[in-house]
Amino acid sequence: MKLARDTWLIFQRQFQLLTRNPVWVFVGVFQPVMYLLLFAPLLKPALNAPTQAEAYKIFVPGLLVLLAIFGGLFQGFGLIAELRAGVIERSRVTPVSRLALLLGRSLRDVVSLIVQAVIITLLALLFDLRVVLGDLLLAYLMLALIALMTSAVSYGVALKVKSEDALAPLMNTVAQPVLLLSGILLPLSFAPGWLQGIADWNPFSWAVDGTRALFAGDLGNDKVWQGLTIIAVLAALGVYWAARQFARSVR
Amino acid sequence: MIQTRGLRKSFRSRAGRETKTVEAVRGVDLSVAEGEIFGFLGPNGAGKTTTLRMLATLIEPDGGEATIAGADLRKAPGEVRRRIGYVAQGGSTWDESTAREELVLQARLYGIGKAEARQRASRALEAFQLAEFADRKCKTYSGGQRRRVEIALGIIHEPKIVFLDEPTTGLDPQSRAHMWDEIRRLRTDGMTVFITTHYLDEADALCDRIAIMDHGEVVAEGTPADLKREISGDVVQVGLDITTTPQAAQALDGEAYVRKLETVDDGGLRLYVEEGATAIPQILRRLDQAGLALHSIELHRPSLDDVFLTKTGRSLRES
Ligand SMILES: Nc1ncnc2c1ncn2[C@@H]1O[C@H](COP(=O)(O)OP(=O)(O)OP(=O)(O)O)[C@@H](O)[C@H]1O
Ligand SMILES: [Mg+2]
Repeated sequence: MKLARDTWLIFQRQFQLLTRNPVWVFVGVFQPVMYLLLFAPLLKPALNAPTQAEAYKIFVPGLLVLLAIFGGLFQGFGLIAELRAGVIERSRVTPVSRLALLLGRSLRDVVSLIVQAVIITLLALLFDLRVVLGDLLLAYLMLALIALMTSAVSYGVALKVKSEDALAPLMNTVAQPVLLLSGILLPLSFAPGWLQGIADWNPFSWAVDGTRALFAGDLGNDKVWQGLTIIAVLAALGVYWAARQFARSVR
Repeated sequence: MIQTRGLRKSFRSRAGRETKTVEAVRGVDLSVAEGEIFGFLGPNGAGKTTTLRMLATLIEPDGGEATIAGADLRKAPGEVRRRIGYVAQGGSTWDESTAREELVLQARLYGIGKAEARQRASRALEAFQLAEFADRKCKTYSGGQRRRVEIALGIIHEPKIVFLDEPTTGLDPQSRAHMWDEIRRLRTDGMTVFITTHYLDEADALCDRIAIMDHGEVVAEGTPADLKREISGDVVQVGLDITTTPQAAQALDGEAYVRKLETVDDGGLRLYVEEGATAIPQILRRLDQAGLALHSIELHRPSLDDVFLTKTGRSLRES
């Protein structure tokens, strides 16, 4: 109960600060819109899809997973600013749950991601994308777990390195291969065998496949439960590790 | 209220390929009584902040133990957190929040309900004369206003003990005097206050008892008056040319009324004597006999700086 209350307190504050920041509202809303509008004309021919709607079924899930990964991985920067301002230390002298210090922040990231995802989905509906509500909610769960994991890891790393200069290259180095090997922007079904072999070791590749299956209405596809399970386990590990960093962080 | 035994902490820091160990705190024994303002006086890097952060459960000691407001630091850190407040040296407010929001949140983090937290925030804003700009973002505050917000944050849950790490550093003389009044008011409210400072006058005027810290160790502990009495007698400072200083030292060393003699780096002597009034004429006579001219002669009661000087061989003013 204390955990839930503390998490809610941290979440509330973080969310309030977020909505107060006009830059975020602009970036958070217009960025995905730009992706959709500017990519839309390229999609059908590039993916060799029979219709625009088919193209969206492949592209939109990839875009959402991409946003979830990047949205999460770069949250650590905000935390470093808080660390520097002494806000984290001030929280750590109170009896507040250390897990809540992490979860409150990560949930803010999850919520803001889901808001973006909903906007994108609604827009895509205008472009004739059709998806079953139940499948869509499961897809959102996948996205939420991805964002939870990447933001938790980002916070944990931020507490370890304590400087933007170290965090930026680190996160970029992680993000790039993960991105290239997950088939996010284009499905890996076009890839040669060896590349697919490597991609099998990339958890995000499973997540993307699972999300695409959901958007295709293929709930029974093994990729769905496999993707969800892999990401859920990783998210739990990430949260556990990052919460420990909150408990022991030195300045 | 606070008892510590052998509190130790060292940090390992990497400089290039080498790892160096800094012994920040090396065995601190302290006891702080209920309802007093206890001061930690020491130069930069003495280990004051490190000690405070250990007592506030922010870092784990390498060794030693402590009891704080009846709770064991190692066995019950959660209990310690509930009973103390801590105001960091480097500040703790978020630019984009307002003082009121920060205060309400801080109270709620201590488990206080919403309505009660709001009331407490309003009361604290009044008490610290912050009401006027309570709903402005913290980034618009002056240094002194911000410091007051931070102290209000540290005591919003009415702790038994509050640790204030250099509460007056960076404030102008007027704000400092103001802050001293605030701190005395905390004592009146029944709180035990533990502050750190490197201002001698602050330790002297504000604190009931002090501990002098240097290189991670407590070198003296007591009331300012007791500590000064310990190096009993007066101090006579004689201003001399740097060239004549050694001769004068020779002339005065071994005189019966001179207890201790020190040379000042840029010329002159510092003499510890039993009683200044009788010693000065004798000093003047002796220097006259030796044919040495002096620029000035001053008598002063020993200060905490003299205490620091006798304990460490250095002046706090210089370091
Ligand atoms: N996190 C840390 N990592 C490495 N070294 C540290 C760390 N914190 C403190 N130190 C070192 O420990 C020593 C004591 O530092 P501390 O901050 O306790 O001093 P202080 O008495 O508070 O000084 P000041 O008056 O400047 O605030 C210093 O040499 C400092 O460099
Ligand atoms: Mg300090």
